Amino acid sequence: MDKRLIGKRVVRNEDPRLLTGQAQYVDDVNLPNMAHAAMFRSEYAHARIRSIDVSKARAYPGVIAVYTAEDMGADCYPGPPLVSPPPTVKDVIFNSRRQVPLVKDKIRHAGEIIAVVIAETRYIAEDGLDLIEIEYEPLPVVADIEKALEPDSPLVHDDLDSNLAAHLVQKKGDYEAARASADAIIQRRFTIERGTAAAMENRGIVAQWDAKSEALTVWDTTQAPIPIRNGLAARLGLSESKVRVIAPFIGGGFGPKIMMFYSEEMLVPWLAIKLNRPVKWIEDRRENFYATTQERGQVHEVEMAFTRDGKILGIKDDFIHDTGAYDPYGLTTPLNTQSHVMGGYDIPNFTSEFRVAFTNKTIVTPMRGAGRPHGIYVIERMMDIAAKELGIDRVEIRRRNLIKPDAFPYEHGIIDQAFAPLIFDSGNYEAVLNETLKAVGYEKFIKEEQPRYRAEGRRVGIGVLPFIETTGVGPYEGARVTVEASGKIAVATGVGTQGQGHFTSFAQVVAEQLGVDVTDVRITTGDSAHFNWGTGTFASRGAVVAGNAMHAAATMVRKKILKLASKVLNAPEEELELEDGMVRVADIPQSSISLSDLAALANPLRGAVEPGTEPGLEATAYYGPQYGPTAFGVHAMIAEIDAETMMIKILRYVVTEDCGTILNPLILEGQIHGGVALGLGNAYYEKLHFDENAQLLNASFMDYLLVGSTEMPRIEVHHLETRSPLNELGTKGVGEAGAIPVPALFAQTMEDALYDYNLEIRETPLNPNRLFGIARKEKTA
Amino acid sequence: MKPAPFAYYAPTTLDEALSLLSEHGYDAKVLAGGQSLVPMMNFRIAQPAVLVDINNIPDLAYINAEEGGVRVGALTRHHQSETSPVMARHAPLIYSTMPKIAYPQVRTRGTFGGSLSHADPSAELPTLTTTLDAKFRLVSQCGERWVSAREFFLGLYTTALEPDEILIEGFVPELPPRSGWSLQEVNRRKHDFALAGVAAVLTLDESGICQDARLVFLSVGDHPMYAERASNLLKGQALTPEAIRAATELATTEEIDPGDDIHATADFRRHLAKTLCQRAIEQAHQRAQGKQ
Ligand SMILES: Cc1cc2nc3c(=O)[nH]c(=O)nc-3n(C[C@H](O)[C@H](O)[C@H](O)COP(=O)(O)OP(=O)(O)OC[C@H]3O[C@@H](n4cnc5c(N)ncnc54)[C@H](O)[C@@H]3O)c2cc1C
Repeated sequence: MDKRLIGKRVVRNEDPRLLTGQAQYVDDVNLPNMAHAAMFRSEYAHARIRSIDVSKARAYPGVIAVYTAEDMGADCYPGPPLVSPPPTVKDVIFNSRRQVPLVKDKIRHAGEIIAVVIAETRYIAEDGLDLIEIEYEPLPVVADIEKALEPDSPLVHDDLDSNLAAHLVQKKGDYEAARASADAIIQRRFTIERGTAAAMENRGIVAQWDAKSEALTVWDTTQAPIPIRNGLAARLGLSESKVRVIAPFIGGGFGPKIMMFYSEEMLVPWLAIKLNRPVKWIEDRRENFYATTQERGQVHEVEMAFTRDGKILGIKDDFIHDTGAYDPYGLTTPLNTQSHVMGGYDIPNFTSEFRVAFTNKTIVTPMRGAGRPHGIYVIERMMDIAAKELGIDRVEIRRRNLIKPDAFPYEHGIIDQAFAPLIFDSGNYEAVLNETLKAVGYEKFIKEEQPRYRAEGRRVGIGVLPFIETTGVGPYEGARVTVEASGKIAVATGVGTQGQGHFTSFAQVVAEQLGVDVTDVRITTGDSAHFNWGTGTFASRGAVVAGNAMHAAATMVRKKILKLASKVLNAPEEELELEDGMVRVADIPQSSISLSDLAALANPLRGAVEPGTEPGLEATAYYGPQYGPTAFGVHAMIAEIDAETMMIKILRYVVTEDCGTILNPLILEGQIHGGVALGLGNAYYEKLHFDENAQLLNASFMDYLLVGSTEMPRIEVHHLETRSPLNELGTKGVGEAGAIPVPALFAQTMEDALYDYNLEIRETPLNPNRLFGIARKEKTA
Repeated sequence: MKPAPFAYYAPTTLDEALSLLSEHGYDAKVLAGGQSLVPMMNFRIAQPAVLVDINNIPDLAYINAEEGGVRVGALTRHHQSETSPVMARHAPLIYSTMPKIAYPQVRTRGTFGGSLSHADPSAELPTLTTTLDAKFRLVSQCGERWVSAREFFLGLYTTALEPDEILIEGFVPELPPRSGWSLQEVNRRKHDFALAGVAAVLTLDESGICQDARLVFLSVGDHPMYAERASNLLKGQALTPEAIRAATELATTEEIDPGDDIHATADFRRHLAKTLCQRAIEQAHQRAQGKQ
């Protein structure tokens, strides 16, 4: 019998609960005497507050309290930096400015909180908001990231000389020398604009204070429950053991839910203590559009040097990154962009410089993709342009430059988002490319199908391109695995879960070691009362970092099981097998003991636990990589466009992903599908439209065109498995992969479909109107 | 996103509802499917003091064939129109367009009368009923009146309805023989309101000459835009590519008034209207010739 569980299409343990409405979300937490909070948010993006009058709101029946920054007094100070200190790169500049719970004097983006109303119901709390009167002095607005850095720009933070939040240069080789010897130099400018993650569940917090035991319990839609617990304890002057943070089931995180601390996260627990009543705040969709962090705004000026036959000699990339009004998350996103501007190519010379700009917009923190799609957009657009200018087939020019299988580990000599060296651990890039070309039928399409379409007057294009994803970064995660007296396995980890299938993929890892059924492994995630250590779910790291901690803990428990069973069954450990919840002596099936009985023996009521041993069949282990593994993939798309209406139809979508060892292909494919949906949004649908006053014009799902099932193509996923040598399981992350290459792929496909327009796409997201404009201009030009 | 306080009435007779409306005047709003009104209330864009829910009044949801057309009750859900064989037979333009309105959840609640009374210039039913020359029965405590679709839609979310009136039903005339119809629109996502759209109906005489034509646009003006001159231009013509192009040109340069927003510029909307108008006339022509 095949005992392997890792790699199997195991259906998800958590789905029955999720699908029947039995899973607990933050908004399901309803406590006796609970009060409801609603936030008064600034309508201006940049303004000084002249006066605040909350007296009418306080007098409104059903309103319990109204707080402003002044009422909060000394407790109203900024949150901690999430990533600190800045990396130790020569001449790095980093100006840390963080958000406060309630704004006192100056508003820096629309949606910042000025006051909070607490009432008996959310309805009444919102009625209270309508009664608050604020006098503002509007200030000139910093809406554009390039203008933000001009000398005469208004300042987002008056104590700084400029809106420069950060500046950092990284180099590899000697770009200028490469340039001097190049046959072709290509320069372009690319703009990438903001979208929002739009998780199905908005943020939410419920806080409960038990004055008698001085204990605080917080249910929070966070991706990082342990750091939130630690931060809250520090902020509120409580012992960490008296603060319990529970991240229950969460309807999607995608990055923004790891931002720390959101103003509301500082505010709601404080209110619960202050009022000595449980307080609930559930973000609504409109708030989400203003107050939950966003991503993607960058402008790149790029130059690449090539030889005649398409070999890349070097890249010089200069970009501005929009961090919004504050920069609590440090440099993760722009560093990630920097790490991805070289794609999966062998590039000897590289100079990358970025400046981060403060603007009067919502805070930017990583969102699924997290700077990577920008890097891939830039390099892959440049490869397409180079292919055209050098007269080389677009697949061929990529093939010539991909890192070869024998070049791993491939060391870049720069640092990545986690300040670790950027090293690509392993891969077989060309094989992934070939697999995709075969699957999508590239040759046949180009030679036979496309000419036929064109003869019929149909514009059908194909796109194919590779991408990398750096994943699974440190510092660490942990897991505790326990064989309970029932014989079932209890597992706890500090990472939170937002729908990634942790209850199944982690269970597979543990079940494989312990010879039990996947459904007999019960996982608890994201509850600080169950596991005390951890960082969170981000950077496509769950399967890599928590997964390997699970594996390590399960392996230790397995050893304990074998040791004890060997004694009980009087057989050498090598002859024991773990299967079906039993330990058996190989070939002597009648000589066996169940895990349940063994667990009871390991925790005796009489007798003694031998010195140097511990009771129970339990182990806790941690995994912390020096640097993360790098996954690789290739996406291909065939799409038709109506050049009059610019409406598209995606006819084929093929993905080949190599994320090392696959834990569960079903879950992996789900991750890719979700990622592609976001990527497609970032390519053609989902753009936050800010006007020149940094006012968001589409803060609802009526006008923010979230990609839905009706826009999604059928996705065919193929897998290659190049194990990562960095960890026991051989896994690499995949959580963000799907989103990364799509905007670049879409651009390539559209250029191919609209072949007779000879257009060049240098921006994302596009929309039909914009694409029409670009196409017509190019045609007449 | 919670509504401001309001009083809620759920009358079970039309008389009761009408008397509530006459009592509260501009403070009151009729609640039908709630698919437009409730979101506006949740955003606090609409803050009616009184809601008169008409869902408990019996016999307001029907699609009945009659001499020369079909009678549609105000509370007829979009889903009923979408699945009604009577609608399919007597008003195929409406029947076949229904799936383009929002998605099934919205169509299960949204009503015929609600969509017309709401008068969103991007909604399909106002345009379709204008194209088909429908008329609506408006009732108040003082009596009732019939208003033609062309006179009903006055502007952005504005109709001939008085605050004390309820739209009770509509009458949609059937198209004569040798008629064809088409609705063409462009939506970003399948369920979105259209960026631009147009409905066309044509009737040919026995020799294939266009006897009657109506072109009405949506999303390119503040109400359904009836291109009367372009429609007249088609009458008495053989529908050659030139004739179609000329009518399209006239309609889309002079008889629509598209606006700019984040989804499309006025120019792009005009371009779309032009492309779609041509396609609509062609498809209606095909259908009138029995080819589709
Ligand atoms: C997500 C979404 C997408 C949508 N997409 C589309 C689309 O693509 N195309 C489209 O056409 N529509 C669309 N709609 C609107 C939908 O068709 C609604 O059903 C319609 O606009 C209103 O109908 P209702 O019955 O829900 O009216 P309600 O929301 O109940 O009422 C709307 C207005 O009409 C008044 N009213 C209602 N009934 C009467 C009556 N009998 N007499 C007098 N006044 C009355 C109300 O007082 C209110 O002012 C969409 C709606 C949603 C939520």
